[in-house]
Amino acid sequence: MSALHSFLFGIYPYIALAVFFVGSLIRFDRDQYTWKSDSSQLLRRGELRWGSNLFHFGVLVVFFGHLFGFLIPDSIADLMMTPTEHALLAMIGGGVAGVAALAGLTLLIHRRLTDPRIHANTRPWDMGVLTILWIQLVLGLWTIYFSAQHLDGANFLRLVAYVQGIVSFRVGNADLLNNVPWVYQAHIALGLTIFLIFPFTRLAHIWSGFATVAYLFRRPQIVRSRPQEARTLPGVTRGDVAARQR
Amino acid sequence: MKIRAQIAMVLNLDKCIGCHTCSVTCKNVWTSRVGMEYAWFNNVETKPGIGYPKDWENQERWKGGWERKGDGIRLKQGSRLGVLMKIFSNPNLPQIDDYYEPFTYDYEFIQTAPEMPTPPAARPISVITRQRMQKIEWGPNWEEILGGEFAKRSQDYNFADMQKDMYGEFENTFMMYLPRLCEHCLNPACVASCPSGSIYKREEDGIVLIDQDKCRGWRMCVSGCPYKKIYYNWTSGKAEKCIFCYPRIEVGQPTVCSETCVGRIRYLGVLLYDADGIEKAAAAADAQDLYQAQLDLFLDPHDPDVQAQARKDGVPENWLEAARRSPTYKMAIDWKIAFPLHPEYRTLPMVWYVPPLSPISSRANAGQVAEAGGIPDVRSLRIPVRYLANLLTAGKEEPVVQALERMLAMRAFYRGRQLDGHDDVDLLARVGLDVAAVESMHRYLSIADYEDRFVIPTTHREYAETAYYLRGECGFSFGNGCSPGETSETLFGGKMGGKRVFPIRVRGEDGHEKVADY
Repeated sequence: MSALHSFLFGIYPYIALAVFFVGSLIRFDRDQYTWKSDSSQLLRRGELRWGSNLFHFGVLVVFFGHLFGFLIPDSIADLMMTPTEHALLAMIGGGVAGVAALAGLTLLIHRRLTDPRIHANTRPWDMGVLTILWIQLVLGLWTIYFSAQHLDGANFLRLVAYVQGIVSFRVGNADLLNNVPWVYQAHIALGLTIFLIFPFTRLAHIWSGFATVAYLFRRPQIVRSRPQEARTLPGVTRGDVAARQR
Repeated sequence: MKIRAQIAMVLNLDKCIGCHTCSVTCKNVWTSRVGMEYAWFNNVETKPGIGYPKDWENQERWKGGWERKGDGIRLKQGSRLGVLMKIFSNPNLPQIDDYYEPFTYDYEFIQTAPEMPTPPAARPISVITRQRMQKIEWGPNWEEILGGEFAKRSQDYNFADMQKDMYGEFENTFMMYLPRLCEHCLNPACVASCPSGSIYKREEDGIVLIDQDKCRGWRMCVSGCPYKKIYYNWTSGKAEKCIFCYPRIEVGQPTVCSETCVGRIRYLGVLLYDADGIEKAAAAADAQDLYQAQLDLFLDPHDPDVQAQARKDGVPENWLEAARRSPTYKMAIDWKIAFPLHPEYRTLPMVWYVPPLSPISSRANAGQVAEAGGIPDVRSLRIPVRYLANLLTAGKEEPVVQALERMLAMRAFYRGRQLDGHDDVDLLARVGLDVAAVESMHRYLSIADYEDRFVIPTTHREYAETAYYLRGECGFSFGNGCSPGETSETLFGGKMGGKRVFPIRVRGEDGHEKVADY
């Protein structure tokens, strides 16, 4: 196919993923003060309650659906269900969650545009991210229409092979998408773009969102102490402590 | 046993004049920043009133603090999984209007106004929307000196189980001031609420801090804290709280609020406590036992066994020395005149309060004043004992009565000594004091010398970090080493909004005006 096609689906995934991982790492290492969820709930609760909950829970289901749906090896997936069942599950489960996420996101966008408090404190990138996610959700839901025409799961298997091909560095991987409807292609390209912008936007908080699972297992109280030698006087010299710090 | 030390604060409400110097100096030092306009690490409330933020004491509404569950305790806002489920939209988070919408005034208009039929006015402008506000509906101290109707103020949670209607009558009205700051609890609910583990208690001095780099803005601490003393900075997206002026405490200086208190009501001193007993104390079956349970955690710094164990647990010698001279130990444990604020929240707070005396009520004045052995019956004081008990001991009146009696006895004793030249020792015995104790009380409460109020050991920071490596560094910053955390050059985004309401215009070298970056 065209050079653009081969770039978008052959090379771009690796650029996006490299920026995603390295960018996240650099931001975490260098600029952790900027690493946060950027909640605006304090300024206005209102639509956030439904909007944020619908969006986040919906998008989490969609995320894990993609993760497991695409990355579970065929051999294991075949044991669990037939390709048709797989496609149906993805379409129905993903469809419901996608609609919930889209409804929530629409509420959030409406809130950002119409609430004077939120609007006055919206950065360009905040709207940018919301818009991209909204388009992506619409594209994702649109694909269901095409998938429904191939209930044998043929389309689906091709996409699974493509995504796994990215991970396994398959040669000529982009060719797998040659005759796939444009909606899938747009969805994939925009999805990769989300990875690309991830480290530079508030999306970075997703990492931390997953990290909060550690909260379930940590002890309730946290006490930080200086090094023991710093507190048990006397007999410790500055040199001793410095030596231990090094 | 595991002994830890903490710098605890006691506020003598009997001497608070409600001048707000503590609040203003604190604000000037710590929260005069964009995004924190609405936040007061220290604020002074007039009681009775619903306070700041509105109705903060009502945990049935805000779900702050802990609740007893089985034999233990859990966060009132839910199990850990429950907390995580609320992360996308926290149903217990106050909206900024519950504090107040921060505002400034259009002062520039007064200077630039054209000739007008009426004098120009500086009208209020919201700091959040940068739009004009028609009316300021609420402020940081809206109920100052009983401002507003009694009907609203009487929503005060401390009126629980009281016939409150009579206190709305002018003859029976009463008031007191309540300065509030972070309690630096032994069992902080904010720490336990933080999904990213960014809040911690410092082992060496008990100060509770938020790691600004690790905070992800999940805002569960705001709802977790029953005192509502964690504030979400709406531009930086991080939670911030009173830091007990740790840079000052570390070098042996009192906090800014304590230092500047004109009424000399604040005391800072070391308390030793048994860290292993915290969980059990916080889980006391009856909320009214929590005050005693917390008292039992504190250890006698004069006890040689305690000293030996404390040394073993790494408490430095100068801290033990300070613990022996601690004014807070004397007030809370020796004389039992100071109490924790709302112990029923089970956080074991470490900022304690001496309840205020008040004039004899009008009923008592009308010939019914009951005197008990030279001092008036504390139940004839204007501020109902029940109200103070609801505030300080989960409703248990006896300890509050004893404290008030001791303070009255001290006054009566000194009045006798100075006017009649006679020491009424019997009077003291009736309230469980002796001459030495009351002289000490007088010294600490009435004279209140600087050196007696603040006994703060330095923390030997020099042993924790080598100053040699710190030379030429930037001092205090918001994370990122020397980066201010909000540079416009960063790729990684920074603040949410929080633009200046009135941009600062400067005239450039080319003679053109431009808006200054800030």
